[in-house]
Amino acid sequence: MAVVVYLESQEGQIKKAGLEVASYARAIADAQGLNVVGVGFNLENPEQLNSFGVDKLYLINTQGDQFFDITRYGESIAEIVTKENAKLCVVSSSANGRYLGPILAAKINAAYLSNVVSLPSQYEPLQVKRSCFTNKAFNITQSHKEITVLSLSSNSFGLKEKPGTTEVIEGSYSSATTSLKVTTVDKTSDKVTIADADIVVSGGRGLKGPEHWHLIEDLADVLGAATACSKPVSDMGWRPHSEHVGQTGKPVASNLYIAIGVSGAIQHLAGINSSKVKVVINSDPEAPFFKAADYGIVGDAFEVVPKLTEKLKARKV
Amino acid sequence: MNVLVCISNVPDTTSKINFKEENTSFETQGVQFIINPNDEFGLTRAVWLQQKEAAKVTVITVGDASCEPILRKCLAIGADQAVRIDLQPQDGFEVAAQLTAFCQTNAYDLIITGRESIDYNGGMVGGMLATNLNMPYLANCIQLEIEGVDLQLQREIDGGKESLQANLPIVIGAQKGLVEEKDLIIPNMRGIMQARQKSLEVIAPIETEAATTVEVFEKPPEKGPVKLVDANDIDGLIDLLEKEAKVL
Ligand SMILES: Cc1cc2nc3c(=O)[nH]c(=O)nc-3n(C[C@H](O)[C@H](O)[C@H](O)COP(=O)(O)OP(=O)(O)OC[C@H]3O[C@@H](n4cnc5c(N)ncnc54)[C@H](O)[C@@H]3O)c2cc1C
Repeated sequence: MAVVVYLESQEGQIKKAGLEVASYARAIADAQGLNVVGVGFNLENPEQLNSFGVDKLYLINTQGDQFFDITRYGESIAEIVTKENAKLCVVSSSANGRYLGPILAAKINAAYLSNVVSLPSQYEPLQVKRSCFTNKAFNITQSHKEITVLSLSSNSFGLKEKPGTTEVIEGSYSSATTSLKVTTVDKTSDKVTIADADIVVSGGRGLKGPEHWHLIEDLADVLGAATACSKPVSDMGWRPHSEHVGQTGKPVASNLYIAIGVSGAIQHLAGINSSKVKVVINSDPEAPFFKAADYGIVGDAFEVVPKLTEKLKARKV
Repeated sequence: MNVLVCISNVPDTTSKINFKEENTSFETQGVQFIINPNDEFGLTRAVWLQQKEAAKVTVITVGDASCEPILRKCLAIGADQAVRIDLQPQDGFEVAAQLTAFCQTNAYDLIITGRESIDYNGGMVGGMLATNLNMPYLANCIQLEIEGVDLQLQREIDGGKESLQANLPIVIGAQKGLVEEKDLIIPNMRGIMQARQKSLEVIAPIETEAATTVEVFEKPPEKGPVKLVDANDIDGLIDLLEKEAKVL
């Protein structure tokens, strides 16, 4: 039997989130004496999977279909789960992973568990820990179905290499269709995204206006970080909505989250709480963020941030 | 055109999250409930369709009688009628199963769910409902334009957006961007009065079983105090991040 994982990729390269679900599935497979079966689309470096303990890869060529087609992807993966008689299927918590998970589960009459943060605590029946109330709490959830689809929270397991040999076989691309078709994809930038980033630098209303965002961007640049913002900042149009993080925005689960001029309202904190290390730079020592942060500087962002950026730059060379 | 907006009753975003009965259930005492914010963006978009597409907007929730105040609020915002399926659901799978049965006997052109609810964050009702009904589903929907049966849509993706086309019928997962925060409709006195006259039908659930159950809740571990670094000691901060936190 097998654990099936969806190896998300971009332009042929497996994304970090894809390797993380492979690592996670490997750990389950080791505990349960199973095989890890990967499903990847248009992968250019499948040999990379040798290092992550994937036993078999169904490599699907989408024949020039360059977009993420939810119907065809979902159906292709569902067919493999059925063929492999898998009881577990793991997807990441990226936008595409979360999109796919419930659709896949409904197709194969599986249970679906999102926001999974650790390995199952038991297998018969399956129980896993998940975050809920937008990271204000956790719960242990039990699956009552024979098959379960899990969506793993990013950075909750990490990458764990495990050398092995991946058998690559050709998978078939389903021809299922609905009326829904992607026409174009607009990437706002080539920068690392909030979902993939190890480090996120976030700005709040304390930055006083969009013209000061170079402070955030310069710091993010030296750190190779993604940029984010608080809700009012995106509501006022200082930054695009896609940067809004928090309870009603995107969740952040980076290794390092640096909040600059963000007060730390409960709705903001909820969304970023699962970041491992939180740093706050705020002029108000009473700002609630100081209660949630690991490290903090009480100071003026306009003075502190350029210095921090310069020092980090100097350190790099 | 018939539009169904699926509404979830969730704790207000400022709520303190506590559990009772040996951490097996959520403590609702003292908690204010609101329309799930993602659903509210969807509802606003639906109400706009009343004028342009002569849409009839139905809101539905799967829940017990305690959900009725938010359904009344949806009616005050502008929905034409409300339906409550009288069941306290165990998980999103069960909600989707109940809604599926409802939609199999009541046809809708457009079904709107929220991207996810802010309590259990399942993010699954829309995708499951659509798949059960054999309709396409668009998650994280930030644009919906309708021309006859042709739709122009956008989905927020990691680091950008995707444009799509589709035909009705469809299920979408709404979020901010589908309408803006400033567009959200605050019910006025007239809306509230009218809402009292509108239909709120309670229907019996079908027999369903949840796919998952929560065994126990946990609160995050208490956090230690923040380590403050002097604003002139930037090197000190970098040192801590590098050597102690090991994140650089
Ligand atoms: C239903 C609902 C959902 C919400 N969802 C979200 C969400 O998902 N995400 C979110 O972020 N918010 C959300 N909010 C809004 C939230 O309540 C706060 O209003 C918001 O997070 C505050 O944003 P801010 O920290 O940027 O601004 P403010 O609260 O105005 O804070 C600005 C901070 O900058 C500091 N500052 C000012 N000048 C300087 C300076 N020169 N140097 C350093 N610091 C300075 C100030 O001390 C202050 O702490 C939600 C609210 C509601 C009601």
